[in-house]
Amino acid sequence: MIRAIRSEYRKLTSTSGWWILLLILVGYVGFTAALLAGLFGALGEQLAGTQGAPQVDSASLPPIIYSTATAIGYVFPLILGVLVVTSEFRHQTLTPTFLATPRRSRVLAAKLVVLFGAGAVYGVAGVLGSVGLGAPILALTGNEAAIDSGETWLLLARIVLTMAIWTVVGAGIGALIPNQIAAIVVVLAFTQFVEPILRFAASIWEWTADVGKFLPGAASDALVGASFYTTLSPAAATATLEWWQGGLVLIGIATTSAAAGAMTSWRKDVT
Amino acid sequence: MAFRASSTIEFSGISKRFGGVVAVNDLTFTVEPGVVTGFLGPNGAGKTTTLRMLLGLVRPTSGSATFGGSAYHELAQPLSTVGTALEASSFHPGRSGRNHLRVYAAAAGIDDGRVANVLETVGLSEFADRKVGGYSMGMRQRLGLAFALLGDPGVLVLDEPSNGLDPEGIRWMRGFLRSLAEDGRTVLISSHVLSEVQQSVDRVVIIRRGSSVFQGSLDALETGSHVNVDAVDRAALARILLAAGAAVHDVEGMLRVTGVGVEQVGELALSAGIPLRHLAAEHVGLEEVFLDLVGDADSSGDSA
Repeated sequence: MIRAIRSEYRKLTSTSGWWILLLILVGYVGFTAALLAGLFGALGEQLAGTQGAPQVDSASLPPIIYSTATAIGYVFPLILGVLVVTSEFRHQTLTPTFLATPRRSRVLAAKLVVLFGAGAVYGVAGVLGSVGLGAPILALTGNEAAIDSGETWLLLARIVLTMAIWTVVGAGIGALIPNQIAAIVVVLAFTQFVEPILRFAASIWEWTADVGKFLPGAASDALVGASFYTTLSPAAATATLEWWQGGLVLIGIATTSAAAGAMTSWRKDVT
Repeated sequence: MAFRASSTIEFSGISKRFGGVVAVNDLTFTVEPGVVTGFLGPNGAGKTTTLRMLLGLVRPTSGSATFGGSAYHELAQPLSTVGTALEASSFHPGRSGRNHLRVYAAAAGIDDGRVANVLETVGLSEFADRKVGGYSMGMRQRLGLAFALLGDPGVLVLDEPSNGLDPEGIRWMRGFLRSLAEDGRTVLISSHVLSEVQQSVDRVVIIRRGSSVFQGSLDALETGSHVNVDAVDRAALARILLAAGAAVHDVEGMLRVTGVGVEQVGELALSAGIPLRHLAAEHVGLEEVFLDLVGDADSSGDSA
């Protein structure tokens, strides 16, 4: 198992995909965190006086800003997981992989371990982006940056954990949909289009909100404990899971998709 | 050489059906150590599927294939027991040749120092740190071979190893395969062109549409010669030749006769008073025998 893990680690780090995605993640999250910090930091008082505008008090700003790492950044570890698994099918590298490690389940398990670690690295990078740019701007605009608070550090730790789990979800989806382009299209369509609409629609009534809170993105936000999506939602009924419930839902999705992939495409003839 | 013990490859009654199509049909043969065995057949005959079943990549519909009695997935050290080069496309184009080998060396617990050795052996050291995406077909073929040699295995299974090599590369490959067999290793190579492996193989297994049509030495494959003969009254000529115990085929507007010599054909025709308009002995090359075995022979029917 150690050998398979070392092999998967070398696979991941010997191509350029992982750090390109990482750089985009940091840039995207950093930019969004800076923008939100500047916007709410400067306009906080004006918003407070405006009827119908989202109400954000200064104390709840840091979690909202810092959690952009997951709220918008979770799609990057997700795509990394999808890419790592589907590229084995696309470039037919499953042949040498299974020749070197004939026990296929071991290969998949090693991939999940390495991807979990890589996802944690993405989490740290995302945090560097959101806190690195968000905190100074909050401070500059006269708000609490809360960098010395234990609450904040717990939040950052949960962000790292959440990002790590998302890579495993991606690996599972990659094994379920081995066609790389199809898998990427499905992931982007779901996370960027289908789920936001579902979450918005679900928040209209209370009973739909009770269902909607189990959506993967909602579960992810629950695990992190903050997201500007939930904070800024215009609807009255925004049910969320407890953080540990969100974690269980996300881990459930990850293990179910990985197990389903292991029993389907991963077991097929390699021709 | 310090390779682990070589073992005999055994295919026993192995078959593969893809949906309704029978790709491999009840193949049984063994591949012995110390010689190079050619596994021949036209494209689509089922060679690659057979090799992939041997290596545990494709699940046989029935039958089995083993190395000294063990299936591939049962081998404790697969890459150090069997070296495999299946096709020149199983590479990530963004990974360097050296890193490609390092990935699988790690998986098999093979020392990284071995990577430089095999790169040297196949003549790729100079290009080892370039991305495989920029490799030529011949370089990919060599990288595939380097992967096969990584574990210094006693058994080598190579699918179309000469594909994409230039003439110099083909000559090099030939010598290299010979030296591997002379070390006492078991070497199985597939090809769809007999002439490409003719000089490097000792034994051949020929398949056609998934079934074995010949197994044995190259010498046994060489059937010698036949006689082409023709007369105005072809039917009468065929009759007397058949009566003399010859095999007669009507091919391309003349009779192809085996089982009797050219002189005997002339004498038979003379004594029967049949004037000939063509009589010639023809040597049959290996390639022709091969093509006869694997081709659709239905076009040349028996004449009587």
